[in-house]
Order: sequence, then structure tokens, then C-alpha cells
Amino acid sequence: MLRVRELAKTYPGGEEALTGVSFDVTGNEVVAIIGPSGAGKSTLIESINRLTEPTRGTVSLDGTELTDLSKRELRRARRDIAMIFQEYNLVERLTVMENVLSGRLGYLSTWKAFRRKFPKEDVEFARETLDRVGLGGHERDRADELSGGQRQRVGIARAVLQRPKIMLADEPTSSLDPETSRAVMELLTEIARDEDIPVLINIHEVDLALEYADRLIGLADGAVVFDGPPVELDASARDRIYRDGDPSESDSDPDRAAEATDETDNGPSLEKREIQRGLN
Amino acid sequence: MVRAITNRFRSDDGSEYVVWRRPTAFPSHRVKYLTYAILAAFVLWSAWAIRISPERFLQGTGATVEFLASMWPPDFGQRERELIREGVGETLAMAVIATIVGVIASVPVAFAAAANLAPRPVYYLARGLIMISRSFHSLIIGIIFVVAVGFGPFAGALTLSFATIGFYGKILAEDLENIDMNQLRAIEAAGGNRLQVILYGVVPQALPRMIGLAIYRWDINVRSSTIIGIVGAGGIGFTLLNAFDRYQYDFALAILLVIVAIVLLGEVASAMIRRRIR
Repeated sequence: MLRVRELAKTYPGGEEALTGVSFDVTGNEVVAIIGPSGAGKSTLIESINRLTEPTRGTVSLDGTELTDLSKRELRRARRDIAMIFQEYNLVERLTVMENVLSGRLGYLSTWKAFRRKFPKEDVEFARETLDRVGLGGHERDRADELSGGQRQRVGIARAVLQRPKIMLADEPTSSLDPETSRAVMELLTEIARDEDIPVLINIHEVDLALEYADRLIGLADGAVVFDGPPVELDASARDRIYRDGDPSESDSDPDRAAEATDETDNGPSLEKREIQRGLN
Repeated sequence: MVRAITNRFRSDDGSEYVVWRRPTAFPSHRVKYLTYAILAAFVLWSAWAIRISPERFLQGTGATVEFLASMWPPDFGQRERELIREGVGETLAMAVIATIVGVIASVPVAFAAAANLAPRPVYYLARGLIMISRSFHSLIIGIIFVVAVGFGPFAGALTLSFATIGFYGKILAEDLENIDMNQLRAIEAAGGNRLQVILYGVVPQALPRMIGLAIYRWDINVRSSTIIGIVGAGGIGFTLLNAFDRYQYDFALAILLVIVAIVLLGEVASAMIRRRIR
């Protein structure tokens, strides 16, 4: 079970991305985190496995306080938390097989990792998983030869290979066309059921969230303003999430256009990108 | 800052018209002309300072022709050929050893000098080392190593290894700073340790460049190794120095021709290999 309590994040620039978020995730729930650009969705997801270090609050997974762990302990804990990224984050020059197997790196000594000496059962599991995501036969292809949809499937296969206790997905469909997006959402919900693990998905397409999620968490300005099943997301709840409770504000979302350009810009410095990510 | 400057003029019939002028990179057109004037004055002063004189140039031309005449024909005699063979052998060995040693030493330095991978103190240390290596010409480093370990190719190999660190370390570090950090985040998120992140996230992105740069540096080392012998660091350059010292100008020409041939061959080989691995 994932427990998030009073989680807050203030970026060095003073930007308050999260202002005290609490929720629990159990069983094999598919939870969609929805909200406008800048609501803190990505910060929330990344604060769970501490790719972004939260400023305040706690996250615990099956009783382990992730927020208290040392660097070394955190690496161990991360083996149980799989992550799927918007830009897939595959190692482009490695083969599909190496990318998928990299999900097992947390269990492998560095020397064995260097020689690509993965245990036989890992390799077998990787093959099965590739078949399952529909990429059987692509093992030897390089990641940069694949299409966007195929890359995200490799990303999902890599996540599955961790045999995680929970899966996090940060805008997994934002870089994909509508049809591929649905296929990816189907795959994620299927994995939640088959592996019996919860899946936490950041998503800004509300229609996809309504269709595939068991539960929605609505974020606005870094705070939870809605938490419930899709059927409860009525007009007033939507207003709270997307219009800050102010119905007079227009429907258009200038932030989203800004986000699109941010994403394609391979920003100059890491710090700057961190801050941008915080703003998105 | 670029600024457009518009001036108003009055034509003969009294009506006002406006001339558009191209924007200038200078704060104003006046500053621009002032800058040009200062530059011109500096060029004139420089010509005076280095005593450019047509008479001395003409005199020098005569001496040069005499000197060149004394070089001809090149002396490829029995003993000379042997000396050249020895010198060339040393030169090539120096270049190969220096490239291998230099690149092996450079890789960790480059990783340490990449701002996105190394902690701050390590970064400054590595950048400092690279700066020291780059700020001295190999001839100067050569003199130091000759004093330290004595005449011969060992001093040359050390010199070129050290020069390789500055070159290879700097260029590779800058390439490493431009890698896609997202690919690293995935390995981190899966619980990979620092070394695994480097092996799976960084090395695949940098490897083709690392190989290409090593071959390019080998090419440069072949060229440099022909010349650092001048300060006593072994190789064919040392042979050349000896020939000059003994006024064997015909032998010197033979050596120069061989050096040109080596440099050309090195360049051709390097170009061919680099085209292959791209």
C-alpha cells in the first residue's frame, strides 16, 4: 500500500509545486491524477520515488518510509517502484533487449551489468514480456529504430521487468497519437489486473482518465481538490480542478501551449529543466 | 544589442526625408567608426614594432635560396636511412603509446569535468587539470619532461600523453554535458547505482564519439611527435635537430620529406577509419 501524507515541494526558485498532498493507493487500483498544466502532477509522481526530492511530508510503501531512506536504501526501495515516462526515456543506442533488462539493474552487480550477464530467468522473463506488449522479435533492434508507440511499449516492458509493487506513469500518452494512447492505457490497466499492483498515472486527457481509471485524483495549484471514482466527477468537480473554482474564467489554457514548447526544448541546464518541470 | 538608427535630413527643396541605416552591432555608428580607427592605428603600430623592412626581406631571400641550394639533393645514404628508420620507429611508437595512455587517463578526467555528472569540487579540479594541460604548447611541456626524465622518446611519450588529456578530456567533457539526461533518469528510477547509470545511460550515448576522438587524437599525436624531438624528446624530430646541428642540410631535407610523408599517411588513415565508424 502506498501512503502519501502532507507531501509538499517548493522549488529553489520559490515555486510551490505541491502544498500538502495526502492519499492512499491500495490493491490493484488504476488511479489517474488529473489537473491542468502547472498543477504539480509531475512533481507529485516524481516525489514518490524521490527523483524529485520533496521538501516536506512522507511517502511510505508497504510500511517503508521512502522519505527517510539513505541514498543506498532508496536505490533498493526503487526496485519495487517502476516508472514510465512521457518521453519513454529509453537508452536510444542500446537494443530493445538491453533496455528491457535494465529494469533488473537494481538486482545485478555492476561488473555483471557491464558484461551484460543477466540471469537466465531475467532474459526469459524479458522475452515473455516483450511478447506480451506486442514486440516479440524486436529484441535486437536499437531503441532509436522504433516508433513512439513501440518505444512506450518497451518502457512498459522495462517497468514490468522490475516485478514492482507499484507502477508510476508520468504522462505516458502525451507524446502519442490518440489510438496509440488508448492501446497504452489498455496495456497499463491490464498489467494492474494481471500483476495485481496499483498503477498511478499522470494524465491531462480527462477522457482517457474517465475511461480507464478506477479512481481520479484532481490536482489544482499543488493541492488535491477531488478524489473519487469517475462517476463522481461532475461539473462542479471539474470546475474545481480546471478553473480554480472560478467558473467565470475562460476554457482556454495558455499554459498547455507553453508546456508543449517546453517539452521539445532540450533545455540548457539541469537546474533550469528541474524548475520547468516544476512549473508544468 | 542591435539598434536601428534613423537620421532626418533636409533635401534641397526644404522638405524633410528620412534615411534608413542598417542596424549595427555597436552601440552607435560613431562608436563603430572609432573602433575601426583604433584597430587601424594598432595595425600600423604593429608593422612598425616588428620592424618590417623590404631591404631585410630581400637580403633574407638571398640567404634562403643559398640555404635551400645547400640542402639539395636530399641525402638518403646508407647510414642516413638507418637513422631515419630508427627515428620514424620511435616517433610512431611514441604516438601510439601516448594516445593509448592519454585516452585511458582522459576518460575519468572527462567524466569528472562534466558539470551534469560530477559534484562541484571534483568538477573544478578536473577542469583545472584540463586547463593546465591546454595552456602550454607541447614543446614547452616537452622541455619540462626532458629535464625531468632525460632525452629520448620516453619524455616524448609523457609529453604527448599529457597533451592528450587536455584535448580529449575537454572535448569529451563537453560532449558528456550535452547528453540526454532523461535516459539516465530511467536507470536511476529502476534502482541502478551510480556506475550502472554511467554504464547504461551515459556510455552508450558517448561511445561513438569517444572512439572517433581517440583516432583523431592519434593523428594529432603523430604530427606532434615529429616535432617535439626538436626539444630532445626523441623520435624523428630529434634526428632532424642533430642533422641541423652538424650542418648536414641535405640529410635534414631527407628527414623533412619523410616527416611530410608520415603526416600525410597519418591523416589519410585517420580519415578513413573515422569514416568507417560513423
